[in-house]
Amino acid sequence: MNGDWMIRALGTVAGLLLALSLSAPAALAQGFAGLGQSAEGFAVPVPDRPFDFPADHGAHPDYRIEWWYLTANLTGPDGTDYGIQWTLFRSALAPEGAAQGWSRPQIWMGHAALTTADTHRVAERFARGGVGQAGVTAEPFDAWIDDWSMTSRAELGEDAYKTLDVSARGANFSYALRLDTDAPPVPQGIDGYSVKSAEGQASYYYSQPFYTVSGTLTLDGEDIPVTGRAWLDREWSSQPLSEDQTGWDWFSLHLDSGEKVMAFRLRQTGGADYTSGTWIAADGTPTPVPDGVIEVTPLETAEVAGRDVPVRWRLAIPERDLNIETRALNPQAWMATAFSYWEGPLRFDGTTAGIGYLEMTGYD
Amino acid sequence: MSNWWILRALLSHWMRRPFQLFTLLLGLAIGTALWSGVQAVNAEARASYDRAAGMLGGDMLDRLISTTGADIAQADYIALRRAGWQVSPVLEGRVRVGGEGVRVIGVDPLTAPAETQLGGAVGDGEVAQFFAPPYLGFAHPVTAERLSGVAPLPELRSFDGRVTGAVVVDIGLAQGLLDRDGLLSYLTVHGEQPAGLPPLEEVTGDRLRRSAPEDSGMGLGQLTDSFHLNLTAFGFLSFVVGLFIVNAAIGLAGEQRKPLFRTLRTCGASSRALVLLLGVELLTLAVIAGGAGLAMGYLLAGALLPDVAASLRGLYGASVSGELTLQPIWWLTGGAISLFGAGVAAAQSLWRAYRLPLLAPAQPQAWLAAQHRTLRLQGFGALVLLTAAALLAVFGTGLIAGFATLGALLIGAALGLPVLLAIALAMFERRSSTAFGQWFWADTRQQLTSLSLALMALLLALSVNIGVGTMVDSFRTTFLGWLDQRLTPELYIAARTPEEAEAFTAWIAPHSDAILPVWSVEEQVQGWPVEIYGVPDHPTYRDNWPLLSSLPQPWDAIAAGNAAHVSEQLARRFDLTPGDTVTVPTRAGAWEVTVAGIYADYGNPIGQLRIGLDALTDRWPEVERLRFAIRMAPEDVPDVIAGMREAFTLDPNQLIDQTSLKALSRGIFERTFTVTAALNVLTLAVAALALLTSLLTLSTMRLPQLAPVWALGLTRRQLGWVELGKSLMLAGFTAVIALPVGLAVAWLLLAVVNVQAFGWRLPLHLIPIDWARLGLLAILTALLASALPIWRLARTPPGRLIQVFANER
Repeated sequence: MNGDWMIRALGTVAGLLLALSLSAPAALAQGFAGLGQSAEGFAVPVPDRPFDFPADHGAHPDYRIEWWYLTANLTGPDGTDYGIQWTLFRSALAPEGAAQGWSRPQIWMGHAALTTADTHRVAERFARGGVGQAGVTAEPFDAWIDDWSMTSRAELGEDAYKTLDVSARGANFSYALRLDTDAPPVPQGIDGYSVKSAEGQASYYYSQPFYTVSGTLTLDGEDIPVTGRAWLDREWSSQPLSEDQTGWDWFSLHLDSGEKVMAFRLRQTGGADYTSGTWIAADGTPTPVPDGVIEVTPLETAEVAGRDVPVRWRLAIPERDLNIETRALNPQAWMATAFSYWEGPLRFDGTTAGIGYLEMTGYD
Repeated sequence: MSNWWILRALLSHWMRRPFQLFTLLLGLAIGTALWSGVQAVNAEARASYDRAAGMLGGDMLDRLISTTGADIAQADYIALRRAGWQVSPVLEGRVRVGGEGVRVIGVDPLTAPAETQLGGAVGDGEVAQFFAPPYLGFAHPVTAERLSGVAPLPELRSFDGRVTGAVVVDIGLAQGLLDRDGLLSYLTVHGEQPAGLPPLEEVTGDRLRRSAPEDSGMGLGQLTDSFHLNLTAFGFLSFVVGLFIVNAAIGLAGEQRKPLFRTLRTCGASSRALVLLLGVELLTLAVIAGGAGLAMGYLLAGALLPDVAASLRGLYGASVSGELTLQPIWWLTGGAISLFGAGVAAAQSLWRAYRLPLLAPAQPQAWLAAQHRTLRLQGFGALVLLTAAALLAVFGTGLIAGFATLGALLIGAALGLPVLLAIALAMFERRSSTAFGQWFWADTRQQLTSLSLALMALLLALSVNIGVGTMVDSFRTTFLGWLDQRLTPELYIAARTPEEAEAFTAWIAPHSDAILPVWSVEEQVQGWPVEIYGVPDHPTYRDNWPLLSSLPQPWDAIAAGNAAHVSEQLARRFDLTPGDTVTVPTRAGAWEVTVAGIYADYGNPIGQLRIGLDALTDRWPEVERLRFAIRMAPEDVPDVIAGMREAFTLDPNQLIDQTSLKALSRGIFERTFTVTAALNVLTLAVAALALLTSLLTLSTMRLPQLAPVWALGLTRRQLGWVELGKSLMLAGFTAVIALPVGLAVAWLLLAVVNVQAFGWRLPLHLIPIDWARLGLLAILTALLASALPIWRLARTPPGRLIQVFANER
């Protein structure tokens, strides 16, 4: 799952909110890679750094950007498909110093969405770090912005992400979900060091793709009990993108076989796209899929929010005999937030069937 | 007969009578100028308020404010956010920059509602700077240029559309600047809230309440409405008087062109064509005069605006930029009002031209019946309006009622004037025994119909002059007396640092009888900025400081530390009387303090509260201890000032003696009423012009009435004197009637309008010498206005007088 561009956007979000001249298009036109071209003063990811849990579940304010990114494919009692998104982004405006309170240089942004076949409801929140309106603590694990939260209910001694309560609320929807898994977190890339371009930009990245979910959605005042699967991504970095990367297509897939696939394509201006992914066995063992192996092909576009966005895809990993066709539950799953993008649940079939989530950015 | 030739014939009249053309154009242009000039000033000021309100969404969004009037704890804000409430914090206050108080508005752009318009263009790299040191602020270009980077303010970026005098910064910086860490003034409530929020009480107990935009004490627009209504009233008055002029000029032209109309009609021009072409002529004149009027209005607005801005700042603390930016709508409405005015003024003449009989029969007595009808109607209208005014004065509340009373009173009086004059004249006529006397009164009465409009204009101008003049004089008398009592100390000093304060007081101690601290803090009481002063227990205050009302021993009460004296504005705003309590936010929490006395605090746009000095330093230990009032022998003041300037390096504003301070205050006071005075004079001038044009019209129309008297043996010179006497007598009568009307206006302004508009009530001071001056002015006006027509009458060739018998009879 990728929030890079949003985080870069978050770097300017404050500026935009200040300007409120609604020059968002202009700001975006600066390119997705606009996130500070130098990582000056911030820590930079290095290979061969083992994760340190539970500390790494919490925030890493020495790094410029970070997110807790949850998506869930859910089903109602009548078999209706739903999707939800819960995301908390952190962006540091400057390296942490002694400053506390309002002047602590952390900005938080929350996105929540609830998708059905015909509706896509979105809410967003912004907050300053340092005053308690938003934040993440590692022990006990709690991530929140306003009344949205992701809170660990794990027993003492268990991994904090084993059991999570997740809730969010917008103007016309809300949800409260319980997430459970017995599997340990799965490192992405090379032992959690995830390379994002041929030039070597990278982030720390791990996931928990094995959640089972149960809980309640509230739509227009009506409570709907749901069950399903969820996928949590954790990523932090200080300079994750290359300058010529203009956007990407990001898949998280729950295969019916119990295996999981993370696959993405970073589109480049001039030159080949950069692809990468991870094949996760049903027992949680990850195998990185290097650049150039994953084949993604848009099959059909739809007009979404005034632009053409691919909503049907072919995705193939020949060495794994995977060749599938994905279709969006709701092609209009547009995140009409201060920084807009497409994010929504999908189903796929082909060599294997399953469910998943797709995020697409940079289709302007 | 082609229309072109008719038009040429009609227009030729103006070639022969350029002065008439001039008065017509002048009347319309002046009316339009005054009206549109005042509108331009108002529009500019209102735009400033809207910008101020729009900046914080204050014009449309609800707020959460403290139930006690104190600041809000930041913890309550966070608790509300964590409960899902979409609210955004604002902290407001004033910070001293140089010697000047600057309004600081702290906001959190990340949670600010979309309805607000904050700040300006921030580059990518500058975002961090807004939120954290060295910080960045936004202000109107004028303010930004003046105060950018001036300690303690950060670098300021100019942003068009901000209000002058206010600086928008991050909430965190604002808390630091205002020394209110962890405190907020209020929370703006977003228009859209998530469903299923917990109720407010559940989150913050009884500490906060929701307040609609109009009662959050921010409505600068409402606060200043009276001021603008005042200006509008003056503008409208001038416009109406301008229309009198136009009406007179057009009436005269119609009268003089009657033979021409007849000739044209007999030559075959239809009455429809005639009226149509007269309309075209009028339209052309209105466009020319309107254009000139708009240009004059623009210049007038430009000239008035700095004074208006100064008045608004002085009276309300409202910042209005002194630059005039006019919208196209202003030009359009200005042009439209000019056309409308010309139409109204000319309607009667056009109607007469349309109904003009080809052969006019003599109707020597018809005017009398018509006059009686008109007078009855006017008398009835006056009665209704005056009754309404009386009822409104007794039962009405609020500013609008106050102005409605004023309007009803003035129009009622104006309508009543011809009736009263007619009655008076009829009385005199009955009493006179000579034939000449009877003719004199009867002829004056006959003239009344034509002159009544001009006399009404004079009445309006005079009574408004008396009313406003009495108000300003009452104000001045009260204010100066109050200033004398209040500014008892002989010398005032202000230090820049505590060390300097120590050095000053040490130096001055041997030269003085007493050194009285003048220390104050500023807090928000229920969203309204209030200065809190600590008063030393000293005879300077006990013996001199006037209280409007108080509990027994009001000075002991505040010296004891649990009571306060509050300003009249504060008392009126929160409906306080001695014995009530008022809640003041302090660092240590809300403080309930008893009102022991109420004092006048004229001219202060914000509230004031005076407590014992010890109470101030106990509750606000951080108060700046920099300013002092010094009691000393008045004759030593110059030497002490010279000595201090020698001993220390001082800014000019650090040291001021009582005399200079009083002069300064007087200067500010006078400036406040500059606009009123200017409009007052303009209105009177326009009224004089109206009288002049009416008399000019009459002098021509009245030849048929005067010719028989001349034929009976009165010389033209005698006739001239008789006419002059008539004018003066009518003007004198009008002035006599204007006096009670003007006093009623003054009473309304002082007792109703001022209280609503400014929050203080002033005693009515009668100044008869002013009335005498105004009466004289009225006579002089009439004299000037009659001089030209009478001079012309006295020089009318006998031949023309004889012609009257040939042509008109």
